[in-house]
Amino acid sequence: MSAEVTTRRESAVERGATALDNLGYRLQRLPLHLVIIIICAIWIVPTVGMVINSFRGLQDMSQSGWWTTLFPPHGFTLESYRQVLAIEGVAPSILYSVLITIPATVIQLTIATMGAYAFAWMRFPGRNLFFIVIVGLMVVPIQMTLIPVLQIFKVLHINGTIMAVWLAHSGYGLPFEVFLLRNYLGGLPREIFESAEVDGAGHSTRFLRIAVPMTIPAIASLTIFVFLGIWNDLLVALTFLGVSAYRPFTVVITGLVTSFGGGWQFLTAAAVLQMALPLAVFIFLQRYFVRGITSGSVKG
Amino acid sequence: MDQIITAVVAVVGVPLVLLGYIIGGEKVMERLPDRLQGWARPYFWALPAVGFATIFMVYPMVRTVIISFRNNDDTEWIGLANYKYFFTFPDTLTALRNSVAWLVFYTFFAVFLGLIIAILVDRVRYESLAKIAIFLPVPISAVAASIIWKFMFDYQPPGTTQTGTLNAVLATFGRDPVAWLITGPFVNNAALIFVGIWTAVGFCMVIISASLKAISSEVLEAARIDGATELQIVRLVVTPLLWPTITVVGTTMLINALKTFDIVYVMTNGAYDTDVIATRMFSQLQSSHFGRAAAVGVVLFIAIVPLLIVNIRRFQQQEEQR
Repeated sequence: MSAEVTTRRESAVERGATALDNLGYRLQRLPLHLVIIIICAIWIVPTVGMVINSFRGLQDMSQSGWWTTLFPPHGFTLESYRQVLAIEGVAPSILYSVLITIPATVIQLTIATMGAYAFAWMRFPGRNLFFIVIVGLMVVPIQMTLIPVLQIFKVLHINGTIMAVWLAHSGYGLPFEVFLLRNYLGGLPREIFESAEVDGAGHSTRFLRIAVPMTIPAIASLTIFVFLGIWNDLLVALTFLGVSAYRPFTVVITGLVTSFGGGWQFLTAAAVLQMALPLAVFIFLQRYFVRGITSGSVKG
Repeated sequence: MDQIITAVVAVVGVPLVLLGYIIGGEKVMERLPDRLQGWARPYFWALPAVGFATIFMVYPMVRTVIISFRNNDDTEWIGLANYKYFFTFPDTLTALRNSVAWLVFYTFFAVFLGLIIAILVDRVRYESLAKIAIFLPVPISAVAASIIWKFMFDYQPPGTTQTGTLNAVLATFGRDPVAWLITGPFVNNAALIFVGIWTAVGFCMVIISASLKAISSEVLEAARIDGATELQIVRLVVTPLLWPTITVVGTTMLINALKTFDIVYVMTNGAYDTDVIATRMFSQLQSSHFGRAAAVGVVLFIAIVPLLIVNIRRFQQQEEQR
């Protein structure tokens, strides 16, 4: 490792032997920097532009582009935010999003952790078959299930309630979570479980005292991932709560976007409010977030 | 207020109930004769997860297949009529065509750009900063992304001030504005697919970048000493080594492409020939054409089956290596 570092350093020294060479090297790399900076700009500018727009007056927004605000007079205002929050149903829908997301996340992760333990540390006939079915279910489009699940909710008389959406999300999320947690749990050292068994610890003790605490890092990454997935979800909420009083934020915003023909500009404020939580999570919990994504698909 | 209480009860209650299930169940289990205990215990533990998956996925899948062969009221068998409708009705054929376009272009560009960006930023010192910029759209919901891009694509008649970013750029070059979301079928579908790519590249980049870091620098150094150019190294050394990761990411993107719904639904709602399979399915569902909607769902599932098999094969290979 250290030898490698030295060779690298030496080759860098060689390359920069004279100041002129150094300049040439830098010029050579100029296109590289340009390409990266242009790509980054394309990826950032749309979001920045919309956030800036959300702080402009409605008149300004419909008469000039967001970039004009970068020069005085800026004319920043909270008009859009006030107007969006004043629309009936918008403020409650943010609360409903929270009330849908938190329980749905908790429900599916507790069930998934328990199931994953069974698949990782218990032997039973049909285990592999069950698990292969779970691996397959991970990619089944939920469109394949919407109608019958809707019918199940009607029979249970919970159609259009928040509870129905908890259940639906839990059902749809479980295969992926069981898969991921089972791989993680299965990777824990066997000796720990065996010595606990020798000491007379039953499965409930082994699960609650050993497996769960040791799986916390994986559960934490998964929690963030699942939480944001549900917070950002549109299709499930639209299907099961589309005409209910408990429509979450994404559904309400979508309804406003499609119903306002021309004057939809103030919805920028709604979009900023909706994405504030995911962005905050991404910025502050970046490591967990990225780990959740990479562990999910490199191994999957 | 009632909803808040229910939510709190669920958050506290569900883990407690499961805890009770585990402890209580184990108590019962310990009283059972040894052989029965060994047989019953795993199923007892797997039951909640397997039960949920069965009720909300396996059973509905079977039901959907059945519904797709039945009439709207689910009272009689109508053979393949719902499928025939799907494969002959012009609007659905448009949706099918667009989904194929998503499948090809979204997947290719998301993976390709993810790979290129991962390789490029690997060579600069501000790598992590650049990665954050590219990754930024990933945590953003498709709903918010659609509003972001509605502003980028905003169109005003020629001669007036362009408030949309893209048309303003065109205007500075003296070009006429483009109605990005209306001009079909090429421009608007390309615009929508680009929004999809914009949200997905960060995901591909992060994963490809992680396995790029795992390639030993000795391999690259050896290629350099042998006189390979940077382009040759990328093409002949790096890409082949990344190939397993690229296929994993590619499979995920193919599945995403087939499932595409949010962006199209929010930005155009399928207007101007931008429908895809999933939005078609949803509009059938909304107009209570359950049989037809189910048939669309089945078609979508059949399209995904090859990818499902690939995933299971890969899983089995990994299991053998464990």
